[in-house]
Amino acid sequence: MWQSFVDLTHQLIPWFNGSLADILIIVIKGLALIFPLIIMMAYMTYAERKVIGFMQLRIGPNRVGPFGLLQPFADVFKMLFKEVIFPSKSNIYLFLLAPILAFVPAVAVWAVVPLGEDFYIANIDVSLLYVMAIGSVGVYGIVLAGWASNSKYPLLGALRSTALLISYELVIGFVLVTVVMVASSVNLNTVVESQSGGILNWYWIPLFPMMIVFWIGALVETNRAPFDVVEGESEIVGGTHVEYSGMPFALFFMAEYFNMIFMAMLAVLMFFGGWHSPFEGIPFLEGLFGFVPDLIWLLIKMSFFLFLYFWIRASFPRFRYDQIMRLCWKVFLPLTIVWIFVVALMTQLGIGPWF
Amino acid sequence: MEFTSILFYVFSLFFVGSSLVMITSRNTAKAALWLILTFFSAASLWLLLEAEFLAITLILIYVGAVMVLFMFVIKMLDTEASTLRAQFTRYLPLGIFVSLVVIVQMALVLNAGPFDLETVGLPEQHGPSYSNITAIAQQLYTVYVYPFELAAVLLLIAIIAAITLVHRTQVNSKKQNISEQINVQAKDRMRFASINKDSTKENK
Repeated sequence: MWQSFVDLTHQLIPWFNGSLADILIIVIKGLALIFPLIIMMAYMTYAERKVIGFMQLRIGPNRVGPFGLLQPFADVFKMLFKEVIFPSKSNIYLFLLAPILAFVPAVAVWAVVPLGEDFYIANIDVSLLYVMAIGSVGVYGIVLAGWASNSKYPLLGALRSTALLISYELVIGFVLVTVVMVASSVNLNTVVESQSGGILNWYWIPLFPMMIVFWIGALVETNRAPFDVVEGESEIVGGTHVEYSGMPFALFFMAEYFNMIFMAMLAVLMFFGGWHSPFEGIPFLEGLFGFVPDLIWLLIKMSFFLFLYFWIRASFPRFRYDQIMRLCWKVFLPLTIVWIFVVALMTQLGIGPWF
Repeated sequence: MEFTSILFYVFSLFFVGSSLVMITSRNTAKAALWLILTFFSAASLWLLLEAEFLAITLILIYVGAVMVLFMFVIKMLDTEASTLRAQFTRYLPLGIFVSLVVIVQMALVLNAGPFDLETVGLPEQHGPSYSNITAIAQQLYTVYVYPFELAAVLLLIAIIAAITLVHRTQVNSKKQNISEQINVQAKDRMRFASINKDSTKENK
């Protein structure tokens, strides 16, 4: 049936040369990725509240549905029906453009993420660079939100978080360079492919310090506690989100959670072997866990990193702004540069646990 | 008409249109945003030319870093229209002169011949599996390694020069030493005093 549909579109518009059907397939693929992501994001908010609740000896949401399982949907409908308030003397176009600019890059990066061996939307050759490039566009959401709100606290939040995001992008870039050097490819598929063969072949062993740096960088890039200086409820009310209500606010919220899921996914792809089973090449266990699909391994590993977000948020107090900056420029940047030279030497001399 | 040519015209339309709006826009922040759209269209055009590395580097550097700094400056500036347009007529002749020089230079270079289709020929079409990042890297790190390193050193000098020009140690600033603050131990902040029981009774 699908083939006949494709044929029909080919016959209908011959001068499109079959491109329209290709575009349709891409659109369908994209929707098939985005809808599960939205559901995942909704239940992440639930999981976050439950996990942090249990860590603080509370119950968490338990009113809507069994065990509070319908709480995310209740939140969504509350957001939908709220009034959108525009601050007077603010630039309304830029004010509404800001949440869109925050949300679009957060979704667009998923285009190159490989979820399985032949399971991706696009397998482009420079996918790691694409991830960096599109990820850096997300800063505009915060910059514009702070500027267009025409208010003190959003401006303060936007100023300090923009500076942070730019600084930590540098660090994450250097971490990516080490991964690229080890895998000798900027293609995410190839990076995962070169980690095949069991838990000992994943890059978290040779690049362990880089993984720690990357994860802290990911916390900063996604504005999570203990680095949530954008919002900083106890310091600057709600940062860039102060003037936003209803759906524009929900877009910021969704962008943050999409980014969180993406950063967890990137950590898995680069340091934890992507969709590979941890028992590959181990005689008995490989057969025992052979039935588990690739996607399940990927999701299990990703859930671990998502849990780390909540764990860290429940454990640490907020950093001071200048301390985060010092951590970036005086600790992580020298560390990553030194580690780049170490990795270069190791690859040149042919030593190291990678094969 | 092929699909790529349609894409080309769409992106070119965006490119020319957004750059026109950028230079005519009165709001500085909006102008910067239009410039970002211009960069994106240029990157898309480069993608059509199979220069994916250049296209993504354009977005990474210009959109992701340079324009963010622009927005940063715009946010902190006073963007009152009257102050921006205060000495417009005074600088107009200079502006016209500079743009004329640029236009003449571009016209001379582009019409000189080296960029003609007849001399250069159509660029080679590669398949979807072709990767130009390895080709660029090979050229950059073997044939052009010295110019590459020189450019890097030049940038480093520029950074150092900028820092030395701006950074002055203030005499009266109450500077915090963060390393000291972080590495502080409990014993530095708390003092244990042994108090004699009898002496406290006497005070009462």
